[in-house]
Amino acid sequence: MNHFKQYYGTSLVLIILLVLTVLFSIRYGAVDITLDEIAASFQHWFTPDDMMLNERILMEIRLPRAILCVFVGASLAVGGALMQALFRNPIVEPGLVGTSSGAAFGSALYFALGATFDFNAGEWTLPIAACAGAIVSTFLVFALSESKQTGKSSITTLLLTGIAVNALFLSGVGFLSYIARDPQARSITFWNLGTLSSANWHSVIIVGMSTVLCIVISLRYAKQLNALMIGEEEAEFMGVNLKRLKLYVLLVNVIMVAVATAFVGVISFVGLIVPHLLRMLNGSDNRFLIRNSVLLGGLLLSAADLAARMILRPAELPIGIVTSAVGVPVFIFLLRKKNYFY
Amino acid sequence: MLKAQDITYTIGQKKLLDHVSVTFEPGKLHLIIGPNGAGKSTLIKVLCNQVLPQKGAVYYGNKEVSSFSKLELARIRAVLSQNIELAFPLSVSEVVMMGRYPHFSVKPAEKDRIACEDAMRFFDVLNMADRNYMTLSGGEKQRVHFARVVAQIWYPIENSCRYLILDEPLTFLDVHYQFDFMHKLLDLLQNKDIVIVGVVHDLNLAAKFSDQIVLINKAKILATGSKEKVLTKENIRLAYQLEPVIHTERSAMYLFFE
Repeated sequence: MNHFKQYYGTSLVLIILLVLTVLFSIRYGAVDITLDEIAASFQHWFTPDDMMLNERILMEIRLPRAILCVFVGASLAVGGALMQALFRNPIVEPGLVGTSSGAAFGSALYFALGATFDFNAGEWTLPIAACAGAIVSTFLVFALSESKQTGKSSITTLLLTGIAVNALFLSGVGFLSYIARDPQARSITFWNLGTLSSANWHSVIIVGMSTVLCIVISLRYAKQLNALMIGEEEAEFMGVNLKRLKLYVLLVNVIMVAVATAFVGVISFVGLIVPHLLRMLNGSDNRFLIRNSVLLGGLLLSAADLAARMILRPAELPIGIVTSAVGVPVFIFLLRKKNYFY
Repeated sequence: MLKAQDITYTIGQKKLLDHVSVTFEPGKLHLIIGPNGAGKSTLIKVLCNQVLPQKGAVYYGNKEVSSFSKLELARIRAVLSQNIELAFPLSVSEVVMMGRYPHFSVKPAEKDRIACEDAMRFFDVLNMADRNYMTLSGGEKQRVHFARVVAQIWYPIENSCRYLILDEPLTFLDVHYQFDFMHKLLDLLQNKDIVIVGVVHDLNLAAKFSDQIVLINKAKILATGSKEKVLTKENIRLAYQLEPVIHTERSAMYLFFE
């Protein structure tokens, strides 16, 4: 079948672009690093004491940041693809079930009131606060959307509850940034627009593990998500255990998004736009959509991060501003150009 | 053989099915008719294990439906439901291939591809295999789903019948394709291991094509059997509150309404 070739062709192009973008993003920034220095720093991998300053910048700042960027982009994009497929709805973002607004609230609590609490886990405090917020809000969405009679939650109820709980937590964030003093209030704003400046090897390892694990699991459910495109009942008629599918896909999405958001803040639009771009290119088959979302998500976020670091160099823009400012016009242009939905 | 045994299904105070027992045999065309809200779709749901009746049981062969997993059931039984809407654009061949999903785990085998192609040819949609499903007309979409559900049960299964359950399959079809589809069902029934149960609204189509008619009214089976037995003036008056004129010509039967 010829569309298989198309999918693989897209994957190949995306891989090449991804490698190039990662290379660019470790080379350029506040300080430019030459290719020789990049080569040298890899030679000094096991003997870090021999590293020069630029090599250290590369190994301790640029490289973890670039890799984290790829993982986070992949997480958000795959999360978006999964949620759109599960909710059978093109406007869905991975944060829909409350995950990212909860994370934002958790982090805002940390910024605004963190000093008054005793809890302090060093560099982990913020991710833990954000992740806890994400878990609480997501749990709340599920608990509230469950029907009393049947014990099931219909997808429409889940969607609406998600929107409501999101609004609630975002008003909480608004309140906290209103009562916070200036530096804290700025931190809240900055975090809500996303930033990868805190990337280090610890965050790379944790986000990487959650990303890889969740993507492997989601690929197992890709075929069932395809069947769901025809309808919930129809999917069951084609042998899908709907309850289990919903549970696993939602769980995978929540883990991926909560962990990624906990380290880098709220990055909007990547999860919405990537699956759509790929559907326009190659159609909606989730088996390929998920694979290519990994690549395109990583690619877009890397490019956005590079732009965020270059535009006001040596200062840095929050990455969420770049993803939205560039993503929205491109997305609308494509929607209007290709008769996507009819 | 597909059998519903003494099914009673209630929601709140309302009985949607009231002690319904009916048997569907392989190689025969069974059509369910009845007025709106009589319980036709509910019976289909019960047969498909989508809802659990408070009383009674459904048997596929000798096995109770609840003893099958969703996947096991999907391998022997295909269902065409009403009003299918796709969430995202897909090509026609991708939609039809979904019918084979219960039969392969990751990649479709050669025989899955052949089944899809043959089913698409059978329903006259092979020429649109690469088209975007969303650009098709209502009737074309319906034929794509015919191909999908028939592809699902394309090959005979060892020690089991194949089951095809159709909930109002003729909606969206013009007269030509309505007749065409009914003839194709009869073709399929040349395979003596296929059980076909369908809900239709057109009494004349039911009279012309069915081997057994099941008339449901007010959650109960009003009559079941041959067209002569079921489509009587009394039954139609009771179910539809209409006075029919029944015209018989050789073995054919035509119904008119004033």
